Amino acid sequence: MMAAHPTLSNTRPEQLIACPFCDALHLRARVKVGQRARCSRCHTVLMAPRAGSYLQVITLSLSVVILMGSAVFFPFLTIAVAGVSRTTSVYEVAFAYSDGILQPLSFVVLAVIMLVPTLRAALLIYAIWPLAHGRPPFARATTALRLAETARPWSMAEVFVFGTSVALVKIAGLATVSLGPAFWAFCGLVLLLTLNEHAICKWTLWQDLEDSARP
Amino acid sequence: MTAQAAHLIGCRTCGRVWPEGTPTCGRCGARLRAIRDGHSLQAVWAWLLAGMVCYVPANLYPMLNTSTLLDKTTNTVIGGAVELWQGGNYGVAAIVFVASVMIPIGKFIAIGWLALAIGHQNIPGRHRHLRLLHIVEFIGRWSMVDVFVVAILSALVQLGVVATIEPGPAAASFALSVAFTMLSAQSFDPRTIWTTRTP
Repeated sequence: MMAAHPTLSNTRPEQLIACPFCDALHLRARVKVGQRARCSRCHTVLMAPRAGSYLQVITLSLSVVILMGSAVFFPFLTIAVAGVSRTTSVYEVAFAYSDGILQPLSFVVLAVIMLVPTLRAALLIYAIWPLAHGRPPFARATTALRLAETARPWSMAEVFVFGTSVALVKIAGLATVSLGPAFWAFCGLVLLLTLNEHAICKWTLWQDLEDSARP
Repeated sequence: MTAQAAHLIGCRTCGRVWPEGTPTCGRCGARLRAIRDGHSLQAVWAWLLAGMVCYVPANLYPMLNTSTLLDKTTNTVIGGAVELWQGGNYGVAAIVFVASVMIPIGKFIAIGWLALAIGHQNIPGRHRHLRLLHIVEFIGRWSMVDVFVVAILSALVQLGVVATIEPGPAAASFALSVAFTMLSAQSFDPRTIWTTRTP
């Protein structure tokens, strides 16, 4: 746990951090790899740095971008019933809502399952790349990272894969369904996105960005 | 000691601390918000209300229009779950019901309760409420599952006269309801859970 200091009010603000969940002040300290720093008041884990995390985030994010590129247009699912068959891609799934009043929903679906995860990966690469190489961050790296944080709840690729399995059960009795390469790509994506989520210690990253920006 | 008591303001995005009255965080660029500016709670109620309003047509209008050689059927959100149940897929039926009925309604109640309870909690209650808010925020996205199921089914089942599935208007209001509720949970400033209401 981080120590709540008795004379915190006399400390300069730049030596302090405040818990975003309960506003408790803590002395800013560097947390070692493998250790976890919890808030002394609400016990939320604030920092949990991991070894080699930046290189890992870059590798995973690059894989996300590449895999997403292939997942979009390749066949996703194929259905066959009574001699008629149809193959659909993820792109077509999003545009299932392209009729009339539902049209905006197509763009929402496209955004949350593909654009947001890809954008987040790209932003993370932009913000972290120089840090992994021991250089000062690129211009507006903080804006990139903040945007990536804002977009986090709207990245729903894993919910989509879950939805796919529900849809499969719904039509399994009525028709023969076969899984295309894009389906497996999406399963891989979910794994990568989850690993990526756990590789980042947000607050350590913010501190590193600030420290490495100083000349 | 809290940042507020020390006349400081903490950044909710990166944790950096600034003197009271600083408009934006100099480290990450996020807007700094004082705990007691009341704006946060107004936004919570506004988004929550919007989410609840959208949830009504989401359940009244059809989610799916299915037409086969023989007949045409429409399915509402609950109807879809019931159909799965009758088809013997109890597990999936339960998942759909939990994701599209229990979680949304549970979230409405949870956020409203959290907002009303601000300033009236003892210490263990505050810990419980913070945990509840974390759960609500984590679970929010998973309600979207039904919107994706409808998209997949209607993209896939386009077999001319044999069988065709079209999305219904409920899909849009359902998606809006989920999005508004997520925004409501995001607007909730967890630091307010720890404040005591001054008379």
